Amino acid sequence: MKSLLAEFKTSLLLTLVLVVLLCGAYPLAVWAGAQVLFPAKANGSLLVDPDGTVRGSALLAQNFSSDKYFQPRPSAAGTGFDATNSGGTNLGPTSAKLANGNHAKDASGKDVNDPGNFDGIKDLVAAYRASNGLKDTVPVPADAVTRSGSGLDPHISLANAELQAPRVARARGLSLAQVRALIGQNTAGRDLGFLGEPGVDVLLLNLALDRVPSGK
Amino acid sequence: MNNLNSWTQLALFVGALLLITKPLGLHLVQVLDAQGRTWLDRVVRPLERATYRVCGIDSEREQGWQDYTISMLLFSLAGMLLTYFILRYQDLLPFQSLFNPQKLPGVNPHLAFNTAASFTTNTNWQFYGGESTLSYFSQMVGLTLHNFTSAATGIAIAAALVRGIARHTAQTIGNFWVDVVRITYYVLAPICLVFALVLVSQGMIQNFKPYTVAKTLEPYTTSVQKTDDAGKPVATADGKPVMVDQVVDTQTIVQGPMASQIAIKMLGTNGGGYVNANAAHPFENPTPLSNFLQMLSIFAIPSALTWYLGRTVKNQRHGWAVWGAMFILFLTGVLVAWQSEAAGNPIHQTLGVAAADGNMEGKEVRFGIFSSALFATVTTDASCGAVNAMHDSFTPLGGLVPMFNMQTGEVIFGGVGAGLYGMLVFVVLAVFIAGLMVGRTPEYLGKKIEAYDVKLVMIVLMVLSTTILSFTAWAAVADWGKAALNNSGPHGFSEILYAFSSCVGNNGSAFAGLSGNEMHWDTTTGLAMLIGRFLMIVPILALAGNLAGKKLIPASAGTFQCEGFTFVALLIGTVLLVGALTFLPALAMGPVVEHYLMHAGTLF
Repeated sequence: MKSLLAEFKTSLLLTLVLVVLLCGAYPLAVWAGAQVLFPAKANGSLLVDPDGTVRGSALLAQNFSSDKYFQPRPSAAGTGFDATNSGGTNLGPTSAKLANGNHAKDASGKDVNDPGNFDGIKDLVAAYRASNGLKDTVPVPADAVTRSGSGLDPHISLANAELQAPRVARARGLSLAQVRALIGQNTAGRDLGFLGEPGVDVLLLNLALDRVPSGK
Repeated sequence: MNNLNSWTQLALFVGALLLITKPLGLHLVQVLDAQGRTWLDRVVRPLERATYRVCGIDSEREQGWQDYTISMLLFSLAGMLLTYFILRYQDLLPFQSLFNPQKLPGVNPHLAFNTAASFTTNTNWQFYGGESTLSYFSQMVGLTLHNFTSAATGIAIAAALVRGIARHTAQTIGNFWVDVVRITYYVLAPICLVFALVLVSQGMIQNFKPYTVAKTLEPYTTSVQKTDDAGKPVATADGKPVMVDQVVDTQTIVQGPMASQIAIKMLGTNGGGYVNANAAHPFENPTPLSNFLQMLSIFAIPSALTWYLGRTVKNQRHGWAVWGAMFILFLTGVLVAWQSEAAGNPIHQTLGVAAADGNMEGKEVRFGIFSSALFATVTTDASCGAVNAMHDSFTPLGGLVPMFNMQTGEVIFGGVGAGLYGMLVFVVLAVFIAGLMVGRTPEYLGKKIEAYDVKLVMIVLMVLSTTILSFTAWAAVADWGKAALNNSGPHGFSEILYAFSSCVGNNGSAFAGLSGNEMHWDTTTGLAMLIGRFLMIVPILALAGNLAGKKLIPASAGTFQCEGFTFVALLIGTVLLVGALTFLPALAMGPVVEHYLMHAGTLF
């Protein structure tokens, strides 16, 4: 064989050649193609106001908490909906924290603010039922009380949207039919008719709601 | 089981996989023959020749197994050193405003070692969150380079082994440099170029802009721990954290050259995510269609390599038999994972969660239960390790499937190349066992299998299982091991077992609650990855060299047929009994016991 040194030289040279081609030319070629063919998508599917303000990305969930907005799934990304810190709870099926939550209390047993505070599925179920006026016996859609893998899941299930619709309609003074129509317009169906699951894009839906003149 | 839509998706996935196996396999046959002609020759051939000239590669000369091994090790070493230093000094490299607009600091030594080992070995285990740790340059050069080269290396080793099986009384098993160059230029790069653009069409990003700050629709107030000027959390005298209200009215949106990296991440079964949440993140996997294509691209090359095997050894039925064994193991895994996730968690259902929805913790709505379970099975069958749902939050049996898949040694289609050479180790062992059972000298496709061959096979199998189990045992009793856990009880043990199974198997997926980036974890998992890669490859290349040199024995009436149902059953049996049974006690302490505890309503 060639000397070990010659072989090592080859390995370094080939590494350099591949860096130029695969780490330089290749991503640049993809970049050029993407910017020409799909510029909006290649730059993050940004939602921009007429005045140029970026309001978010059509693909990323934002936090919504008031009654007049549809609410996304709870988020474990950073302190919630942190798009630079995506991730899930990574809590397992027998986790007490995931089921019952974790709430720091002071000496008198009152809840206190603590960075370790965490709403369990029990807390999320109770809150969801209360805000949407549901009886204690109504099963809650799983997506409404579980955190997604990314913490930025833009969608909620159709059942979840349907349960939230009366609350949003009431808060905005719209008819239930109007709200349902908007849900329908902002629902992503299954790709090709059978891939994945349908979902309602919460941010797009809420933007659409804000554009409807209030009934009140 | 009665969800017609999910069955349709499964059927479509299998159908698409079958459809691409032969054409891609044929292409591999042409590429892995140094003199082979492909339809890309006109464009790529001049580039290939120029590369040989620049690097001083003699493409006419083949190597024996020792030379092949040395070239492979040197090439891996060069790449690993490059990545280590890029990560360490990503904040000092030129063109910071273009390549590091977020001004991310250099990576610490043990995390840099772990990450360099991780990408060199095609594992892509990640103890860091990509978007908050790595500059664009680190992602583009430090990591993407290995996504190509480690994949090409894996395929090259598989080709060398297959040549060893096909040849007789031969001294050489191919030329490593030629294999790597041809695989990269004719297979990986062209497919990725197209695939990346398809992914962008679904919503994946590809740009060099700094992160975008969006003004959110509804500002809200959240309570966070107060920090001092140095960024340290402030606490009261008695150690209680001081909380302050913070108004959140913006969202910082990740940008960067993602699609080019993700295409090869999938096709090369690398699996290292651009962002922390990997393929669960809406940018990294925007639609169910992108999800489907990503899964298909994981299995594409491993599946095609079985066809390459059949063609090269001139026994196409043998290639399909290996495919069949892989497929049956894959299908079983999918069904178990899917059913477990669809059944959901009875503890959560008692709390009011709709039972029909299954276990949605850590899953995305657009994928739902089935596509998440299928992805988890595919990504751990192949040593990809990308995730579109958090495996840590799977039900116990749903999480057992990925763990079990990795513990078979990643041979169910497996990593590109790695899956085939891993499975061929089991094939040799299966043939040996069959020979013992009928009392004949074992033969594999006309070659006698002798003591030396079986020793090499056993080294591979024993190194893998011993490494996984010893590191797991150590971490499970050590303070540093337990300190990293996100879950208690059996699930905490599962996190450790999963980590070392994943690293040794060069998979890279995780029960991601486990928090690494600590000296012990970075070092042990880094070593586990290097052992799982190179202590496997070297004996396999020795086996390839030894098989190549053997004489061909003419087939007789008593020759064991390496095809058909008997062979497939024997091969599956060998994988299960020799490969995976070793892990049964460990699995019993983790996911199996957790399954019963979950049904008893026990929480930890």
